[in-house]
Amino acid sequence: MAWAPLAWPADATPGLRAARSASLRIGRGASPASPEISMSALATRTDTATRTDLAAGAAQPDWPLDIFGALRNSGVTQASYVPDAGHSRLISLLHADPEVRTVVLTTEEEGIALSAGAWLGGARAVHLMQSSGVGNCINMLSLMNACRFPLLSLVTMRGEWAEFNPWQVPMGRATPGALELMGVTVLRLERPDEARETIEAAAALAFDGDGQIAVLISQRMLGRKKWVEGKR
Amino acid sequence: MNAVSGTLDRRKAVRTLLAERGDCLVVTGLGSPTYDVFDAGDHDGNFYLWGAMGGAAMTALGLALAQPARPVVAVTGDGEQIMGSGALMTVAMAAPGNLTIVVLDNGHYGETGMQTSHSGLGVRLAALARASGFADVVELTDEASLVSFRPRIREVSGGPRFAAVGIASGHVERALPPRDGVFLKQRFRRHLGFQVA
Repeated sequence: MAWAPLAWPADATPGLRAARSASLRIGRGASPASPEISMSALATRTDTATRTDLAAGAAQPDWPLDIFGALRNSGVTQASYVPDAGHSRLISLLHADPEVRTVVLTTEEEGIALSAGAWLGGARAVHLMQSSGVGNCINMLSLMNACRFPLLSLVTMRGEWAEFNPWQVPMGRATPGALELMGVTVLRLERPDEARETIEAAAALAFDGDGQIAVLISQRMLGRKKWVEGKR
Repeated sequence: MNAVSGTLDRRKAVRTLLAERGDCLVVTGLGSPTYDVFDAGDHDGNFYLWGAMGGAAMTALGLALAQPARPVVAVTGDGEQIMGSGALMTVAMAAPGNLTIVVLDNGHYGETGMQTSHSGLGVRLAALARASGFADVVELTDEASLVSFRPRIREVSGGPRFAAVGIASGHVERALPPRDGVFLKQRFRRHLGFQVA
């Protein structure tokens, strides 16, 4: 056997572990196998989130709250993501909910497989990414298709509306087609006041209908990214 | 860097590891690990991947988070885990106490003609796991170490654990489990008490 003994700095990983367990205590011990949640609990969570936002003096649109409420109302208890600015408030809301396990990914395809495993174990997962990550998911979508695993993926669009960065355009343009080629049903969310209804419909298609669903959240609705301070 | 060649018989190693599996739930990586786990004894609590290369550890993570009271084991190969090497970081940071990742490491891509993998060229998967944040990392290179590690895959706390198993790269006959994904999914979920809609 050619493996020589591995030697580690004695305290490196335990230190990392301690720091991590302190920061990740949120959500441990939840019971994600039971998707039922009470509406009053949901209302409490939403009120708390709203108050926090108001206290911070933020004038923010309400649709991320609507998406969060729709997800929780649909029994979602796992949330995986590669961060995107358009998802940032939703990610914060999910992190703040002790009944949701959040998982940050190194690449978007990991979250596809995570969603499959969650369903095997009786839990419902949501997957959040930007359109630039859709290409990374292509082969992993075979898993969802071959096994008819529910997939609920919320995709913030780049490259389609007042895009500053031309590098975002090719994948943005290919996003709906790439998903559809892999058998994913594509829904569009264009208007903030449709957020709750669209996400609840997508969740029903996924979790009740064993569907693979992506909701593309339009760049127009997300608003322009501010590239230069004081200018648009 | 030292290229590695293990000596354990892969079928015997997996049989040894799963001999007292208790209520372990097992997810397998495509190719030989799927065949090895099937050969060790088919079980409703096995979910065999026949594709989705790189997805075994993440599938097992989703399952482990959903079922914190059950021990979950991913059994995969070095090539499959290397394709999903970022997942080692993701799993370690998610820190599920009930998850063990077992990599059957022969340093080669067995299903495609025994081309040398990164592991065979010198990448040390145990070191990668450790650097990714796994505190509990072992390398198992003989029968005795497999037997002494075996009870730990049934633990639901203290994980995630990572075990690299040094297996030989010789040819092994295929042993083919069912490959209908919907069947495997429903069988697994029924095992956990979930009804088919």
